[in-house]
Amino acid sequence: MYGLGILKSFSVTMRRFLTSYVEDIRYLGKRYRPENIPARQSPKGRGIFTVQYPKERLPLPENFRMFPFQVIDPETNKPRCTACGICVQACPTQCIWIKRATDPETGKPKREPAEFYVDVSICMSCGMCAEFCPFDAIKMGHDYELADFRRSFLWSLDQLSKPLSYHAAIHPTEYAAAQAERERKAAKKK
Amino acid sequence: MAEEKTSQQTTELLSLLEQRFPGAAQPAQYEGVVIAPDRLVEIAVFLRDEMGYNRLSCVTGVDYPEAANGSPARLETVYNLLRDQGGPVTLHVHADRENPVVPSLVSVWPSANFQEREAWDLLGIRYEGHPDLRRILLWEGFDGHPLRKDWREPYYEEDHKPFSSRYPDGDPVMAEDQTPLGCNVQFPAGWSPQGWKPEDEATVYAPSDELVAADGRTMETDRVVLNVGPQHPSTHGVLRLVATLDGETIQRIEPTLGYLHRNHEKIGERNTWLGNMPYTDRLDYICSMYNNFGYAVAVEKLMGQEVPERAEYIRVIMGELTRLMNHFVAIGAFCNDMGIYFTAMLYGLEERELILDLFEMASGGRMMCNYFRFGGVARDLPAEFVPLAKELVNERFPNAVDDLERFLADNEVFRARTEGVGVLPPDKAVAYGCTGPLLRGSGVPYDVRRAEPYSVYDHFDWDVVVRYDCDVFSRFMVRIEEMRQSLRILRQALDRLPKGPVQAGKKKYNVKIPAGEAYGRVEAPKGEYGFYLVSDGGANPYRYHIRTPSFVNLGAMNEMCRGHLIADVVIILGSIDITLGEVDR
Repeated sequence: MYGLGILKSFSVTMRRFLTSYVEDIRYLGKRYRPENIPARQSPKGRGIFTVQYPKERLPLPENFRMFPFQVIDPETNKPRCTACGICVQACPTQCIWIKRATDPETGKPKREPAEFYVDVSICMSCGMCAEFCPFDAIKMGHDYELADFRRSFLWSLDQLSKPLSYHAAIHPTEYAAAQAERERKAAKKK
Repeated sequence: MAEEKTSQQTTELLSLLEQRFPGAAQPAQYEGVVIAPDRLVEIAVFLRDEMGYNRLSCVTGVDYPEAANGSPARLETVYNLLRDQGGPVTLHVHADRENPVVPSLVSVWPSANFQEREAWDLLGIRYEGHPDLRRILLWEGFDGHPLRKDWREPYYEEDHKPFSSRYPDGDPVMAEDQTPLGCNVQFPAGWSPQGWKPEDEATVYAPSDELVAADGRTMETDRVVLNVGPQHPSTHGVLRLVATLDGETIQRIEPTLGYLHRNHEKIGERNTWLGNMPYTDRLDYICSMYNNFGYAVAVEKLMGQEVPERAEYIRVIMGELTRLMNHFVAIGAFCNDMGIYFTAMLYGLEERELILDLFEMASGGRMMCNYFRFGGVARDLPAEFVPLAKELVNERFPNAVDDLERFLADNEVFRARTEGVGVLPPDKAVAYGCTGPLLRGSGVPYDVRRAEPYSVYDHFDWDVVVRYDCDVFSRFMVRIEEMRQSLRILRQALDRLPKGPVQAGKKKYNVKIPAGEAYGRVEAPKGEYGFYLVSDGGANPYRYHIRTPSFVNLGAMNEMCRGHLIADVVIILGSIDITLGEVDR
């Protein structure tokens, strides 16, 4: 009979409509509690669920990448970067600039950067720099709220530096694995 | 060296051509056959009719400004031909750099139409006998042909990345200051944008004599030219369709492209091999994982690189999730075009979000994944990936696909608008080089995953989906059914995911690729993604061409629309499922 198919379509939309209320009743009053967000976002969650963005945020997975940052080693209070230039060569957009430091007495190049810039206006957050850095010195940060009143896209070393604890906090698994590797190597040396 | 590299298929072809057309074919520098230009059309017809090479997959050009390895300086046109089974065979045609003229193959394969126009646009090879040789991606006032090796962009820095100004004494310049507004374009000598009048688009607006004399009408109607787009919500981006109408009936439809053109290929030739990987994400921004897949497959073909089994399984998982996601979006967007505003779209997007979460978990990017590397993938899957993916694939997505089918497939209004609309017969679909759901919806069971299996697709049990009605509805049904097949592959791949490394050897950022050429292709959700690569042995691609399914499929637009009503144009366009990011590149 003509029209049955249309009714079938409507049954789908009607069911969807009703299930969205079922979930709301189940979570009545506790809709946006942080402990309920993962469940409502999970594959089992049904209906429409909106995260009230500036008030609530979705948890970020560890691998999430925004812009790179320089890891500051707490022992030396300096960047781990040795100015080897690998990130510059791996960067697809060529948005990284490094000026290598020189020893003022001998004039020989030193294993640290004098200047380090990232032009975040062309950085495409691909993560190649962090992936290929052999010294774990450059990592991808999780800060994505970067709106600013100034037109300053050229981030210098100061702006890019973040303590090691920040890296450990946002990349727990990766940090633990790297730390275990370091300890294993240190034990081997002894 | 040339003899060592050529495949068996090429050797056989070469001896055959030598018998039939003595002196017309020579072995090429790396791969394939060099054809004398004056015999090209003859040989093409022979290959199509007698050898079964009925598909012209890819046409492009390569510029060799200097004579090397015993070959002269030349502009080369490269054709990649395909049969129903097996890999491509490559034809090369040499042309003089000063006056490059090559006979057009549009009469043999209509799929050459757009692609030859593209080669003319970007390389300046003139195809004699082409019915409509205009620029296709660039605008009419553009100076030169950018893919020639001696062409330089206005903000030219160096031929190849990495640029030496960055290290060890980097002096930073913000990209914005490097290319200030007004100075980032160049024009032909003595030419100014002021006072320039757009060239009369006579060819676009010219009346077509194909359907003018359609009879059976009592009322005289005027011929109207209607521009659909470039800013139109149903063109899936910035695409302009110039429709010539007779009343409400379409006489001719002419896609006008290039509004999103950025010359991906020139950027690619400046980049390092691996540096192109994140750029491929931006081609078809709906399914970035599959673009990565295609590029990785093509480069590995060139390198002869083996991939560990776990990495191959991960690739297939990512690829099939992409297909699932793309079809959800494709059907949703198609319904938007048709007037089922946002209901189906949001049902699709809801599922897509969950797939994007999986991608983000594994690669760090939701849409710009940059996950594949030559010989593997960027990193292993996190521990929580497989359980979540299994839950989705076994419990959630099958219901979602059924729901979408229940929602649309029996609906009388939906069927009335889609059945019998946009008919593309199988022979036409093959001739126009269509691939993907468009081809399989036209009754041709062709899938690269079966015809030339790559990765580990031959380890799984799945079917090539095909529908025989050749209309918009059968394309829709192909997509629904393909989603089920993807789920079938995913279930097997997730259950059998082996342990082991995800990268062959040490991961390198400055991969050197041995000199040679390769045409690697994959079955992306929208159709056949082909990467034609030429390496000169360096750290950068010498030539990097992408044959994108949307671009070639759009070539059949005129064929599908002719004779239909103007209201059906957006539906037919929606059923092709294009992404302008890969049409314009």
